[in-house]
Amino acid sequence: MSELKIKTMAEFLAEGQAPEVLFWVGCAGSFDDRAKKVTKAFAKLLHNAQVSFAVLGKEESCTGDPAKRSGNEFLFQMQAMANIEVLNAYEIKTIVTTCPHCFNTLKNEYPSLGGHYEVLHHTQFLKQLIENGRLSVSGGTFKGKRITYHDPCYLGRANEIYEAPRALIAKLDAELVEMKRCKRDALCCGAGGAQMFKEPEKGNKDINIERSAEALETKADIVAAACPFCNTMMNDGITQHNGSSAVKDVAQLIAEAKDL
Amino acid sequence: MGLQQLLFSAILLLGIGFFAFNVKRLIRSIRQGKPVDVIDRKKERTFAMIRLAFGQQKMQRNVLVGVLHLVVYLGFLIINVELIEIIIDGVFGTHRALSFLGAGYDLAIALFELFAFAVIVSVVVFWIRRNLMHIKRFRSAELKGWPKLDANLILIIELVLMFLFLGMNAADYALQLRGVAHYSPAGSFPISSWITPIFNSWSDGHVIAIERGLWWAHIAGILGFLNYLYYSKHLHILLAFPNTFYASLDPKGKFENNATVTREVKAMLAMEAADPNQEIERFGAKDSTDLTWVQLMNAYSCTECGRCTAACPANQTGKLLSPRKIMMDTRDRATEISSSKGVKDVAEHTLLDHYISREELWACTSCNACVEACPIGIDPLSIIMKMRQYIVMEESAAPGDLNAMMTNIENNGAPWAFNAQDRLNWVSD
Repeated sequence: MSELKIKTMAEFLAEGQAPEVLFWVGCAGSFDDRAKKVTKAFAKLLHNAQVSFAVLGKEESCTGDPAKRSGNEFLFQMQAMANIEVLNAYEIKTIVTTCPHCFNTLKNEYPSLGGHYEVLHHTQFLKQLIENGRLSVSGGTFKGKRITYHDPCYLGRANEIYEAPRALIAKLDAELVEMKRCKRDALCCGAGGAQMFKEPEKGNKDINIERSAEALETKADIVAAACPFCNTMMNDGITQHNGSSAVKDVAQLIAEAKDL
Repeated sequence: MGLQQLLFSAILLLGIGFFAFNVKRLIRSIRQGKPVDVIDRKKERTFAMIRLAFGQQKMQRNVLVGVLHLVVYLGFLIINVELIEIIIDGVFGTHRALSFLGAGYDLAIALFELFAFAVIVSVVVFWIRRNLMHIKRFRSAELKGWPKLDANLILIIELVLMFLFLGMNAADYALQLRGVAHYSPAGSFPISSWITPIFNSWSDGHVIAIERGLWWAHIAGILGFLNYLYYSKHLHILLAFPNTFYASLDPKGKFENNATVTREVKAMLAMEAADPNQEIERFGAKDSTDLTWVQLMNAYSCTECGRCTAACPANQTGKLLSPRKIMMDTRDRATEISSSKGVKDVAEHTLLDHYISREELWACTSCNACVEACPIGIDPLSIIMKMRQYIVMEESAAPGDLNAMMTNIENNGAPWAFNAQDRLNWVSD
């Protein structure tokens, strides 16, 4: 684990170099224990594919997504403009992120505030690396396993990225089993729109209980996620159902298949 | 000009005139909304309209319902071609004025009859689905009372209009077969010819009375239905077209950046000089007048089908939120404002609180399932977000947990209470 070497943009700049991509780690990816594992897995894959990448480290700040979805447009735009100032100062061209909320905000909501970048979700980027022959994956440990994939709202419906994560799962030689609602009809995990940070309104059940029951219906060994919030919500739901399926990000599955 | 012709012309003018009056009222209601820049990308917009409104692409996701809906839509479109002839006959006292078209005319009438029959079948299935089957989206709380009656009235009116049309043809055909003067043979009647034998024992005079009566009832019914539209949820037959044209073409995850806020933030960051004369408008939406005209048109276009609510994760798990209710409330409030004076900004009587509760607004996960589900491009989510903006930016009344989250972002640049200095700790963990 200790061999993981991560360089910041500041270090690249000090060496007079520019990385191929900026890895936007996100708040969950930096601080949440489950998400940190995804961050690490993805960083290892980038190393493995010999991608020159940088992170912002302490210069990274929340994109403002949860503030915007809460209705605090002020705080969102303050965050956005501050981030854009940093990103533009480093002349960032391409950003890759493991969080669909960061992805959506950077890609769709920053341009009109002056931030123009090519923004990729990590599943898109990994798919590109495989297609370009920079990363190779073979099934290995996942051969014959049942995997279901939960579409994050901000990757799926919000940006119509349904195929990239599925293409990665297909590389694992596993059996991809779809939930009864998937792709554009997928049910939210319950965390979007800043719900991650508050108690749900009163109802007859929590949304993640409903969704994780659907995931368990597939009898999948693994529930693949592509969003740190979905990851937490699905894991909590499955735990409450006493289910045995493991919840893992697509990047973790690829990294495990490669024994990284 | 005979008395019948005079009466017909008067009813026709009255019907169309009152409809025009209501269209003006509708446009006035929609124009209460704020301006919005939607004149770009005309080609893509036109294509979206053709796909969604004319082609009913999203309706076909449920094949049975999609096909039946298409039948009713095409039926009305095609049968209304017959209106041209009805108007000519009515004004000039002719009988089937367009029958000189010969074989083409016979084919058209036959087609109208087949469609009329198919519409009857479809409408009956719709009525059964709505009233006898336990389909959840037809049984939501917001459909109690008038909305349920409205929906059933529309189905019944459509059914009656089709029977009037077929009955009129049946009587006409009976008279044609008898060679009664004025009723020269014209048209082909594959459906109504089954009804014609009913009149076998009737005198010519009685059958003429029936034919005239049904003919009048049919045209009066159509004019009546046209004027009922404004008072019903059925405006989608007109508004679906502009509504799909002006719907957002951007990725659904892209929420509009509030331009007023941008100016404020830039002034605050000293990126731009603040304009002291700039009047600051209300942030977000407290009332329907704070929404854009496209959002208000969305509300008037809503057919209350409830596909949005059926897809909503909050609604499915028993929360108060129903995207359909957001649209119905917005429409009802906009109508209330435009049709009366003095209630515009009375305290406590606004879209927020009086119609839509905060509990509904805070239950939304912004997952876009409602937007994806709407067959005609209505966006309930944009209204929910606008109203959250008002609550948070004008009233500072967000739920406590969210205030804590926002304080964390302000202080640490993360929604949790972690220090920015620790952002790289994951490397060595």
